[in-house]
Amino acid sequence: MNSFRQIRPILAALRRHKTATLLIVLQIALTLAVVSNALFIVQTRIVHLSRPTGTDEAHLFVIRNEWIGQPDLPHIDAQMRADLTTLRNLPGVRNAFASQAYPFGGWGGLARIKLRVEQTVKPQLAITYFADQHALDTFGLALVAGRNFRADEIGSLGPYDKSMPAVVIITRDLAHKLFPDGTAVGKAIYLTDDGPSTVIGVVDRLEGAYIGSTTRSIDEDTILVPARYANPEGVVYLVRTQPGELAAVLHAAPAALSAQNRLHLISPEDGVITLGQARAQGYATDRGVAIMMAVVCVLLLLATAGGIVGLSSFWVSQRRRQIGIRRALGATQDDILRYFQVENFLIVGIGVACGAMLGIVSNLQLMKRYELPRMPVWMLMLGAVLLWLLGQLAVLGPARRAAAVSPVEATRQL
Amino acid sequence: MFLLAYYFDLALRSCRRSKALTALVVLLMGCGVATCMITFAVFRVTAADPIPWKSNQLFVPQIDNFGPVHDWQGEPPILLSYTDAEAFLHARQARRQTLIYGSKWTVLPDDARRQPFSQEGDAVGRDFFAMFDAPFRYGGGWSASDDDQRAAVVVISSALNQKLFGGANSVDREINLDTHTYRIVGVLDDWNPSPRFFDVSSTFHPFSHPRQLYLPFSRAIDLQKATSGSFYCSADAPNPDLPNWDSVLHSECAWIDAWVDLPTRADVENYREYLHNYAAEQQRLGRFTWPPNVRLPNVRQWLGLHDNHVVPKASALSMIVSVSFLLICLVNVVGLMLARFMRRAPEIGVRRALGASRGAIYGQFLTEAAAIGLAGGVLGLLLTTLGMAGIGSVFEPEVARLARLDASLLLLTVLVAVAATLIAALYPTWRAAQVQPAWQLKSNG
Repeated sequence: MNSFRQIRPILAALRRHKTATLLIVLQIALTLAVVSNALFIVQTRIVHLSRPTGTDEAHLFVIRNEWIGQPDLPHIDAQMRADLTTLRNLPGVRNAFASQAYPFGGWGGLARIKLRVEQTVKPQLAITYFADQHALDTFGLALVAGRNFRADEIGSLGPYDKSMPAVVIITRDLAHKLFPDGTAVGKAIYLTDDGPSTVIGVVDRLEGAYIGSTTRSIDEDTILVPARYANPEGVVYLVRTQPGELAAVLHAAPAALSAQNRLHLISPEDGVITLGQARAQGYATDRGVAIMMAVVCVLLLLATAGGIVGLSSFWVSQRRRQIGIRRALGATQDDILRYFQVENFLIVGIGVACGAMLGIVSNLQLMKRYELPRMPVWMLMLGAVLLWLLGQLAVLGPARRAAAVSPVEATRQL
Repeated sequence: MFLLAYYFDLALRSCRRSKALTALVVLLMGCGVATCMITFAVFRVTAADPIPWKSNQLFVPQIDNFGPVHDWQGEPPILLSYTDAEAFLHARQARRQTLIYGSKWTVLPDDARRQPFSQEGDAVGRDFFAMFDAPFRYGGGWSASDDDQRAAVVVISSALNQKLFGGANSVDREINLDTHTYRIVGVLDDWNPSPRFFDVSSTFHPFSHPRQLYLPFSRAIDLQKATSGSFYCSADAPNPDLPNWDSVLHSECAWIDAWVDLPTRADVENYREYLHNYAAEQQRLGRFTWPPNVRLPNVRQWLGLHDNHVVPKASALSMIVSVSFLLICLVNVVGLMLARFMRRAPEIGVRRALGASRGAIYGQFLTEAAAIGLAGGVLGLLLTTLGMAGIGSVFEPEVARLARLDASLLLLTVLVAVAATLIAALYPTWRAAQVQPAWQLKSNG
């Protein structure tokens, strides 16, 4: 029997139950709007927090060292050289270098890159790490083009100095944005208006230190600047260990630095941090939001299913006589079952149509306030399919009970 | 009273008859309200007024020294340049005024065997302590002459006092910061306004990193102590070259928080005028090429400006989601209540025919709704209590730590549940009251 032949009587019946129909439609619409947006947020967060940094995270850790007593810059520079030698010579250490930031650290330098000094279009933003010839090996990065820094290219930099490197290494992502149609190696870019820097190498992937969403679009646009940055505030040492040595070196490294003299201040609480810990801390909020949204989605879908079961049961109980009459007039149990299923399909359909619009509107509002990207249509479709399935599942019980109504009911209560 | 008890009895009977429907409504209300309350508990931490008794008399002077091209679409920067900060401080146009910026200091314990450690501190003026009602355990703030002479004095937190001196009165003892010796003039009591509004824009952390040290602003400047917080010179362009400390001080870069204490309305008006005149003067002198653009927000307005900063995104977002969740639960409850009440149309018909007024029907059904709402509220209480234990894994730990389940929240949970259920029951009750006695009696005859 063709289910669609029932559509007209269903619509006629719904017209007599305007309020109840309206309530289900409203509920489906609201649910779709919230669920699709929430799922979308979950998806963006999961994508965001599962991205690789491009580094050998499992064997990397960071020492955040502060200087005691505001030593002068030559002093700091000499101490940094000594520290790096100490670190690289520690048993279990593969390599180390000094920088001002580290992945997931949350802060770092921002570079505004121009291709010409007189360029009028907006400079390309990128996140900088100070680095030396050991940085690539420490991070565990492979060059996809060009060469590494040489020892003689590493400059010394103080807090008030302008960073004007002769050479830089950039990520593939940044290279593509700066030079979409060709190779970047050998090209000149301007970090300041005073002089060009030559791109000497391109690495596959390296995430910047920012984790906030404001800079999310440049997360993989990273630039390595060859300099030892002598900052009275402190320095960040990145250390890569041999496999299986991380736990041992984690304790040995700060102890070896502190043992030299009373210039080092490495906080026992958070002065030493593995990249794994940094990742967990940096993404704690993202993960929290994802969990929260997922839980609410599940609760919401359950609530909606409960509502459909409740109202459908009510309808069935109200229409027992009519069902009995239809049965007595020759409708099969399947017809009755189908009737309620098609009815539910239609109601959810109307709800989905309204909900899709509501969902898009709320997405646009959220985009304004929370820097979310535009929600793809498939997310709405996923929500719609979920709701249709849920509706069919929820109506199955009441519809079965309706189908079980005996034709005798037609004669009752009259 | 008797009538209410009777309605309550009727409600109980009705609930017993339709157990599944009742359970569903109670469950929906419980979940909806609990989700809202948990997120609200976190949200209200971030939206709290940190100094309610004074939030109307503490103001932040803002001045647009970036100009219309480089400011935030007409809004001045939220921090001050050193030039303007010093000018405001020395103008003494308010009853009290202070400048603030945060920085990190290294504490070197006397005992050479103890490891040095770093502490976060604020460089402030002497008025700071009185302005923000900072409570002292020992001693007090420093004097005006200490400010003028850039004295090596310090006020420490009770936590630092505990760490260094075992909690004893350490006033007039010495402490070594960044290899310089300072005299301790005061030890604060436990004090942690949240959000820590007074240095929020310069230190990034409104709910964590409590300050352990307070030193004279003039002294920190003398020591060329750089800020550990925000430092920017334009909304859109890169920071200019600042080859030394002097150029930092003379730049138009913003990095200093300023607060003024203006107890009366007249004080506020006078200060506003002063700010305007100051900006006009700067324009006349050629420093600004734009007309005066100044602001003078109080604490609440100030925190409002920082919405994205103070109220963490996760907590605002989850507030929106949980309120939508409650709303959807309510729509659901309206439908279920409608089903529940209309199922009893015959009963209503009989009661009406026997002389019950519409008002009586309203009374009966709203009592029933309130009873169900109460049950939902109790369930909500249970779920809220459970949920509060787990918020640390969902929200920023530094904020979740501050969220408390107190009597007012418990009361609010029940109230919201009852009120929401009553609202949801209004339309179904109205429908129930419209039932025509004669029609029901006939069709069921």
